[in-house]
Amino acid sequence: MFFPISHSHINPLYLVVVGFVIGILGGFFGVGGSFIAGPALRLMGVDWNFAVGTDLAHIVGKSIVAARKHRTLGNVDLKLGMIMALGTIGGAEGGAQLIQALKRAGNVNTVVSWVAIVVYSGISIFMLWESHTTLRLHKRRSRGTVSDAKAAASKADHSAFGPVTKKIQRIKIWPMISLPTSGIQEISLWTILLVALIGGFFSGFLGGGAGYIRMPSMVYVLGIPTHLAVGTDLFEIIISASYGTFTHAIKGNVDILIALVMHTGAVIGAQIGVVATQYFAGPKIRLAFVPLPLIGAAIVIYTLVTGHKL
Amino acid sequence: MKRDAAKSLRVFAAELAIYAVLVTGYFFLVLHVLGGWLYRLETQHRILYAVVAILLIAGQAVALDAVTTVLFRLLRRRWR
Repeated sequence: MFFPISHSHINPLYLVVVGFVIGILGGFFGVGGSFIAGPALRLMGVDWNFAVGTDLAHIVGKSIVAARKHRTLGNVDLKLGMIMALGTIGGAEGGAQLIQALKRAGNVNTVVSWVAIVVYSGISIFMLWESHTTLRLHKRRSRGTVSDAKAAASKADHSAFGPVTKKIQRIKIWPMISLPTSGIQEISLWTILLVALIGGFFSGFLGGGAGYIRMPSMVYVLGIPTHLAVGTDLFEIIISASYGTFTHAIKGNVDILIALVMHTGAVIGAQIGVVATQYFAGPKIRLAFVPLPLIGAAIVIYTLVTGHKL
Repeated sequence: MKRDAAKSLRVFAAELAIYAVLVTGYFFLVLHVLGGWLYRLETQHRILYAVVAILLIAGQAVALDAVTTVLFRLLRRRWR
């Protein structure tokens, strides 16, 4: 099938399958899946600028489907999502500006690659340690008293990083707000905005929706239960990715026809991913999340070593 | 329990098959009709194209979500 906007020939079935896989990941983990979609489009010969912009458009559609499903399961904190969207957009602009500055300095590829490797690997190692420790502690405390199905059904979450999260929640910088949907009595607005700003910064700097940074930050820094972090992150991505799609479309980087075809597969995948979250407890979802940033790091290392631009 | 899982899988497979037929029709009808118009819009009116792109992907998300939900409900009821 010929896509005239990006001047590329791609088999629509390939796009549907890629969308389906990313849909499952998005519904289950609350990530955009740009670390797969970008390289997958590049493999078909789509220019990098179109791959980035088109991926963002596809993320908007997929996140709408997944967030709607999560909302019916009570996994979306609208108030938190709205606040985070503001910080994300601001941070994304900052990240994009830094990219422009590095472009002028002539070392953008090296710096972005190394930052990506450090950040992706760091997240994976930390989450592996945390989820593994939490699961071990939980098993020791409730030996034989709570079944896996019951633990998954309950949205109350446990984390080995919990004491640090509690200390962060106790930071009193006015204005303090409450997030009843997420079970947080009081937290500084600035803490939420800072988390969103950092997530947005990496979104603008490393590309994609940066769900691999925002979802763990929501759990470990803000203390949001994992199921709610996944749903709220998806809701927040709708707003920030729409903004990204708009700015990229104006610059001529979006082939909406490719995004529409990919999205037909993502609709089914996202629904499967959302339903699957009901069968896993928070720490298990976090443990399953560990390989995702590592895949991103592996792709960046591959491009650095071989010199190929995926 | 096993029978329930088998039934869910059968409903899902049927849903997927019907959905695939609908989506194939959608490719050939809608995308062929929209392709030329969107291409012209992208080259001549970028801001309008940006707005239309977001509306299209959001509209498709809501529409396809509704289609899959209705399909799933209908098939569930039929096989109950």
